Amino acid sequence: MSDHELRVSKIRDGTVIDHVTAGQALNVLAVLGIDGDEGFGVSIGMNVPSDTLGRKDIVKVEGRELSQSEVDIISLLAPEATVNIVREFDVIEKNRVERPERVVGLLRCPNHNCITNADEPVVSTFRVVDDGVRCEYCGEIIRSEIGDHLAVN
Amino acid sequence: MRHDHLLSAGQLTREDIEAVLDRAAEMAADPAGVAERHADRLLALCFFEPSTRTKMSFDAAMKRLGGDTVDMGTVESSSVKKGESLADTVRVIEGYADGIVLRHPSEGAAKLAAEFVDVPVVNAGDGAGQHPSQTLLDLYTMRENAGLDDLTVGIMGDLKYGRTVHSLAEALATFDARMHFVSPESLRLPRSVQFDLHEAGARLREHTELDEVLPELDVLYVTRIQRERFPDENEYQKVAGQYQIDADTLAAARDDLTVMHPLPRVDEIAPDVDGTEHAQYFPQAHNGVPVRMALLDELLSGDGGDR
Repeated sequence: MSDHELRVSKIRDGTVIDHVTAGQALNVLAVLGIDGDEGFGVSIGMNVPSDTLGRKDIVKVEGRELSQSEVDIISLLAPEATVNIVREFDVIEKNRVERPERVVGLLRCPNHNCITNADEPVVSTFRVVDDGVRCEYCGEIIRSEIGDHLAVN
Repeated sequence: MRHDHLLSAGQLTREDIEAVLDRAAEMAADPAGVAERHADRLLALCFFEPSTRTKMSFDAAMKRLGGDTVDMGTVESSSVKKGESLADTVRVIEGYADGIVLRHPSEGAAKLAAEFVDVPVVNAGDGAGQHPSQTLLDLYTMRENAGLDDLTVGIMGDLKYGRTVHSLAEALATFDARMHFVSPESLRLPRSVQFDLHEAGARLREHTELDEVLPELDVLYVTRIQRERFPDENEYQKVAGQYQIDADTLAAARDDLTVMHPLPRVDEIAPDVDGTEHAQYFPQAHNGVPVRMALLDELLSGDGGDR
């Protein structure tokens, strides 16, 4: 039994997000809108050893599957992540995340003067660029600090 | 040009730009020929920030095409003061007019407006973002004075917040101009603009001193260093004097250097430059009318000008 399996128990039904970039687990939970009040069983491993990443985080959520938009934003926080669907303790589906072309409604533009931060009926939209995302309204670029700008925080 | 709106300079190809400039030149040469062209059209002027040149030149352009304008007036005298959203404001105004010219203090405002209306929207300045119609008249002025091929342009002043600079730099990249950006470190081009320029393969260099590049320039485009942007007055004082030019400064320039400025100027170009062959900032402002006539003709006709 590996070290991280000892720390993070198996789940019966739900989602395991594995190979999360070390340090991003709490941001993944923020993307999922999970703060503990929802009643889901949640297990988190942080900075656990990984053969491929050196260190990784892992998030297991009981009774919860992910929407495509949630997977999209996780792909930016953790490009190596895998999303595993678990039923009756078995992984029935395992998918690598893929970078989307756009991220809609999940990030807040850091430019305070951007029209998306005014009281207007508009949803923030970011185009994914080589090393980050770019606001489709004001052009502001977010690079490594994407987790700081989650609209769900 | 086949666009529903003019929101940023980045949406314009070289062919788009040249078509507008050619049409502007035709209209400037024969204003009587288009005096009734849009006689049945109304243009809404929605300026959420103060403006003199941009607003008046759009007003004049529309009237010289035979059309008319309706003016939102100042923010203080409009429903905006009551808390109405921009989206609601433009949805109401599209029922009054055939096109909307919008200036707004927030970046991205014109894009948002364009999403809510079916009439053409022209971005007449959105915060520190873009000012593409200014860019068209800037290019028109450059073409008249220096041509647009093999051009070396110096752009000096507030490059961080200067929306005219952001639009102009993107457009100059389509003409493969060599660009020299001269500013204090604190007012360098924002990374979003640098990103676009690098994506476009633009040839650019950054400087803190004008004299490093002045002798090479075909065009020097000066903008005002905005004192109010500096958190510390001492920091402003350190740089302000370095970015003023006068006739003596220009002694090091080529005889055919064209000096431009989007105006208003404060003290960055001394009055003794006005009488020199270099000074083109007043003709540049005047060019706003024929260029905006051509632009409005394209957008309001909705058929590339074949109305």
